[in-house]
Amino acid sequence: MDKVVELKNVTMNYHTLDGETQAIKNLSLDIRRGEFVSIVGPSGCGKSTLLSLISGLIKSSTGEILINNEPVKGLSRNVGYMPQRDHLFEWLTILRNTIIGLEIQKKLNKDTMRGAEKLLEEYGLGEFKHYYPKQLSGGMRQRAALIRTLAVNPEILLLDEPFSSLDYQTRLAISEEIWLIIKKEKKTAILVTHDIAEAVSMSDRIIVLTRRPGEVKSEHDIQLTTCENKTPIICREAPEFRIYFNMIWKELDVHV
Amino acid sequence: MYEEHSSEHKEFIRKEKVTKNAVIISRIIILAAIFLLWEAAANLKWIDPFIMSQPTRIVQTIINLSKDGSLFLHTGVTIYETIIGFLSGTILGTFIAVLLWWSNFAARVLDPYLVVLNALPKTALGPIILVWVGGTTGSIIVMALLLSIIVTILNVYQSFKSCDEDKIKLLKTFGATKVQILKKVVFPSSIPEIISTLKINVGLSLVGVIVGEFLVSKAGLGYLIIYGGQVFKMDLVMTSVIILAMAAALMYLSVAWIEKKFIKMR
Ligand SMILES: Nc1ncnc2c1ncn2[C@@H]1O[C@H](COP(=O)(O)OP(=O)(O)O)[C@@H](O)[C@H]1O
Ligand SMILES: [Mg+2]
Repeated sequence: MDKVVELKNVTMNYHTLDGETQAIKNLSLDIRRGEFVSIVGPSGCGKSTLLSLISGLIKSSTGEILINNEPVKGLSRNVGYMPQRDHLFEWLTILRNTIIGLEIQKKLNKDTMRGAEKLLEEYGLGEFKHYYPKQLSGGMRQRAALIRTLAVNPEILLLDEPFSSLDYQTRLAISEEIWLIIKKEKKTAILVTHDIAEAVSMSDRIIVLTRRPGEVKSEHDIQLTTCENKTPIICREAPEFRIYFNMIWKELDVHV
Repeated sequence: MYEEHSSEHKEFIRKEKVTKNAVIISRIIILAAIFLLWEAAANLKWIDPFIMSQPTRIVQTIINLSKDGSLFLHTGVTIYETIIGFLSGTILGTFIAVLLWWSNFAARVLDPYLVVLNALPKTALGPIILVWVGGTTGSIIVMALLLSIIVTILNVYQSFKSCDEDKIKLLKTFGATKVQILKKVVFPSSIPEIISTLKINVGLSLVGVIVGEFLVSKAGLGYLIIYGGQVFKMDLVMTSVIILAMAAALMYLSVAWIEKKFIKMR
C-alpha cells in the first residue's frame, strides 16, 4: 500500500545542561495515504516530539524519516500542524487568521484567498469571517484553526491533542466535525490524544507507545461494525468499541 | 442592551450610580477643603504666606504669568521636551529590544550591563550630560531619554521573550522566517506591553526633563521652580508645581486614553 510517512529506527535525544533526555527510541512506523491514525501513550512519552520530527521542526538524532519516499530535510510543506490550543491571533479577524499560512508562504493571491473564504463558508464560519476570535465559541475557534491549517493545502495533518482544551460536550461535537472535514478533504491525519474513546471512534488505526523513551508498544487496526455512513459518534455505538477501549486501556498500563 | 430590565436590576444600577457620584463628590470636597484651609491658614497668619504661599497668590501669579505669555511658553517647553523624550525613549528602547530578541548571544552578553544601568539612578549622570551635550534642550531630551530607555528595553524584551512558544511553533510549521515571526506574532502580541511602557515612560521622562531643566536653567517649569527657589518667590514655585502636576496628569491620561482606544480596537 501507498506509504505517505515512514519512520525508520528513529531516535531523538534532547540535550540540556541538566542532562540528556531520550524522548524517542528506535521507533519505526508507516502511515498510509488517506489513513487516520491515532497515537496514544503516557504523558511525556514523546508524542509531541514525534509530530515535531515528522513536520521537520526538529531533527532526529539517528534514523530516517521519509515523506512520499523523500527524506525530510528542514520543514516539509506537505505537512500541516494543528496545536493543542487553537492559537488564533486575537488581534486578527478570523479571515486574517486563516490566511496567515498563505501570507507566510507568500502564496496569498486572489485564488488562494477565495479558497480560504470558501473553506470558511463551507464549514459554517462564512458569516463570522470578519469577527475576532474572542467573539467565537471554543468549537468555532477550533474549526477556524483547522481551516487555517487546510488553507495552505497540506497533504498530511498532524493534530497534537487538538481537543484537550475543550469541555466534554464541545469536544464530542467538534471531533465529529473535524473528522468529517478531514475525510471530505481526503487528508491523511495523525492524531495525538490521551482520550482512548476519541482515538477508537475516530481512527483507522491506533498506535500505542511505551513510556519514555517512546517505542511502539502495539498497533491496532480498528474495525467497527456500523452502518454505511460511519462517523465518530456513530462509532461509539459499535459493539466492538468497548473491546478496543479496554484492550488499549490495559496496554497503557496506567497506575495512579 | 435594549431589553426591559427588571426593577431589581434598575435598583442595582441606581445604587451603583449613587456610589459613583458620592466618590466624585468626595474627591472634589477634599480638594476644595485643602485649598480653603490653606487660604484660611495664610489669612489668619497660622502660616507665613511668604514661605508657604497661598491659593489667591497662586491665582494671581497664574494671571500675571499668563499676561506676558510666559506661562504657556514654559509649560509648552516642558510638555514638548517630555513628549520627545518618552517617544524617542520608547521607540529606541523597543528597537534595541528587537535586536536583543534577534540575537540571543547579544542579550546574554549585555544582560549585566542592563541590570546595572537599570539600578543606577540616571539623574546622577545629569552633570556629565550637561558637559558633553551642552546647556541646551538637547541635554534635557537626552536626560529624559536616558530615564525611559532602559526600562523600555527590559520590559519590551521580557514581553518578546514571553511570547507563546506554541504560537511561534505554529508559524514555523508554515515555514516562517525570523522576520516573519517577529512581524506576525512576537511584535503584535507585545503591543499592549509597549503601550503600558509608554505610560510608565511619561512619568520617567518628566523626571528627566525637570532635572534637565534644573541643570540647564533656560526655560520650562523646572527652570521656573529652580529660579523661584533661588530668588525666594515661593508663589512662583508653588504655581509651577501645580501646573506641572496638571500637565503630568494630562499627558498620563492622554496615553491611557490611547491605550483604551487601542485595546477596544483589537
Ligand atoms: N525542547 C526540549 N528540551 C528538552 N527536553 C524536552 C524538550 N521537549 C520535550 N522534552 C522532553 O522529552 C520528553 C517527551 O516530550 P513530549 O514529546 O512533549 O511528550 P508528550 O507529548 O508525549 O507528552 C519529555 O520527557 C520532555 O520533558
Ligand atoms: Mg505533548
